[in-house]
Amino acid sequence: MLEIKNLHVSVDGKEILKGLNLSVKPGEVHAIMGPNGSGKSTLSQVIAGNEAYEITSGSITYQGKDLLEMATEERAREGVFLAFQYPVEIPGVSNLQFMKTAINNIRHHRGLDEINVAEFMKQAKAKSQQVDLDPAFLKRGVNEGFSGGEKKRNEIMQMLMLEPTLAVLDETDSGLDIDALKVVADGVNALRAPDKSVVMITHYQRLLDYIVPDYVHVLARGQIIKSGGKELALELEDKGYAWLGIEEATA
Amino acid sequence: MSNSDKAVKELIKREYEHGFVTNIESDTFEPGLNESIIRRISAKKKEPEWLLEWRLKAYTAWQQMEEPEWAQVKFPKVDFNSIAYFSAPKSNENAPKSIDDVDPELLRTYEKLGIPLHERARLAGVAVDAVFDSVSIGTTFKEKLTEAGVVFCPISEAVHSHPELVKKYLGSVVPQRDNFYAALNSAVFSDGSFVYIPKGVRCPLELSTYFRINEANTGQFERTLIIAEEGSHVSYLEGCTAPMRDENQLHAAVVELVILDDAEIKYSTVQNWYPGDENGLGGIYNFVTKRAACIGKNSKVSWTQVETGSAITWKYPSCILRGDNSVGEFYSVALTNNLQQADTGTKMIHLGKNTRSTIISKGISAGRSDSSYRGLVKIGPGAENARNYTQCDSLLIGDKCGAHTFPYIESKNKSAVVEHEATTSKVSDDQLFLCRQRGIDAEHAVSMIVNGFCKEVFKELPMEFAVEATKLLEVSLEGSVG
Repeated sequence: MLEIKNLHVSVDGKEILKGLNLSVKPGEVHAIMGPNGSGKSTLSQVIAGNEAYEITSGSITYQGKDLLEMATEERAREGVFLAFQYPVEIPGVSNLQFMKTAINNIRHHRGLDEINVAEFMKQAKAKSQQVDLDPAFLKRGVNEGFSGGEKKRNEIMQMLMLEPTLAVLDETDSGLDIDALKVVADGVNALRAPDKSVVMITHYQRLLDYIVPDYVHVLARGQIIKSGGKELALELEDKGYAWLGIEEATA
Repeated sequence: MSNSDKAVKELIKREYEHGFVTNIESDTFEPGLNESIIRRISAKKKEPEWLLEWRLKAYTAWQQMEEPEWAQVKFPKVDFNSIAYFSAPKSNENAPKSIDDVDPELLRTYEKLGIPLHERARLAGVAVDAVFDSVSIGTTFKEKLTEAGVVFCPISEAVHSHPELVKKYLGSVVPQRDNFYAALNSAVFSDGSFVYIPKGVRCPLELSTYFRINEANTGQFERTLIIAEEGSHVSYLEGCTAPMRDENQLHAAVVELVILDDAEIKYSTVQNWYPGDENGLGGIYNFVTKRAACIGKNSKVSWTQVETGSAITWKYPSCILRGDNSVGEFYSVALTNNLQQADTGTKMIHLGKNTRSTIISKGISAGRSDSSYRGLVKIGPGAENARNYTQCDSLLIGDKCGAHTFPYIESKNKSAVVEHEATTSKVSDDQLFLCRQRGIDAEHAVSMIVNGFCKEVFKELPMEFAVEATKLLEVSLEGSVG
């Protein structure tokens, strides 16, 4: 599914990722943990195609294709989804209009006709209830005046609507209360399938109580320094990053 | 170059789609402006003596006036003697009695513009007056309107059919000496629409005038007069286009609205004059005076404008709220791209008690363009409990454009409440990244973001035209992301 080899990434001339390797197979859920400032968010932005980041060397292969050669929107149409850590607002553009435009762009790319409006509305309503968002939110501007938790749930709802093949969640759990956390976890678990993969970036172990990962990686100083099963997360929770000889950066 | 710049550049590059020229034999005056030109225009239209006198008075006034220079726009001085002041298709000479008699070449022109005039394809529910250069070539749905008692005809016809109304109201809202361009218009105006809605009548159709400049080196000086009698209601829309030419062309119109007790006029404009090319060559100078007089109690006027065309726009549709409880509204979207300049806004003059006004202005600047909002809210001493709410938002696309806001507030009554809110924002890289990450390409994303920004204004447009306006914004923005 996703093969990252020796990835080096800089932003504004400063090297953030320094030779990162990661291999994700279909059906797997990977958790990437690490202290602040270790490069977790950079990794998610680079997979999604944010052009502010400069890839100085290395490769990313997605479903056998060179991901770095693909434009941002093309990656999305090929099934790459990023749940943003800080979703931006688009005033005046309703969530419905936004999602319908996105879905139709993706469908067009796949040679399909535009989605039937009634079918779309039915789905949108069902998915909003699934993430515990009042369907009235659908008519409001994208993230316009949403609380932090509502924005995160909205990201998960978009994920459920777009049914990505590879979902990257960038600290989707941060700032959520336990109920919201469960909603987010249920959403991600609903997406799990033998042909879909999830990469979760998180600072805390608690999300992993609800979404049980197949692999856990520790990212520090721009590299993955330790990988293991779900028990690695518990160990980290217990002993802290210092156990691995890492100091928490004050970010 | 950032993503947003690139996307906008791509978006703006689309060609102006109404830029074609109709090849038709015209009767065009030689360029130049003097008393004899004015006499000839008046003679062409077989005008009564009083109107010729009125024109000449305006001409005398104009000669003593100076061009206004306070607007935030820059352009070389207009040579008023290099412009032809009258041009009409020859085939129109014997004033066709019905649309069926109109030159097929002219009908084809309007069809190409998306305004079919002939019986079979007319826009349902909309009566259209088609003005081509200096003359009206036809009006649709005349019978249906006549049945309701509504008069909708070229103003040159109204001069003959309803002289008492024209004489009473022409210049009553925008006097001849009001400003430089209004004085020029008063001297040389050619055609335009005249609307009269009798007492208690709700106009059964949307009324619409479509202005087309075709001939080179001519100016268009139309004059529109709309009178809404007690308790009447009308919704009126104007659209404008012109061919692509390297020379600048002048369009100096005057629009006067008169609204009596309990009456309402909703006036919408979709202005898409040729804006010039991406280096700023050519385009229309759109110097327009539009004003509504809410004379009656509880009268209401609502201006909605979508301005995407013209090299330069200088326009301030205004409301004089004289009647007690009268209401004035101004909803505006002004988009400038490439080297376009716009200085536009409104004036709300509160004179009556409990008068209310709302101003919602959305300015969008892309490319190297410059756009300004200029608005005056004036509360007279007798305007007890007057209320105004103003909201001015500017959206910048890229980093080479400008947006300015010039609000003027004068209040002479302590009970008045005037509110003003203003924001400036940019189409951010983060917004574009979010859209693209969801599979939406940059061009589409920019137009979606811009449309979202304009939503409050678009919802004021008549349904058929809201769709049109949305499309127009897409076209005007094309190439603004690169």
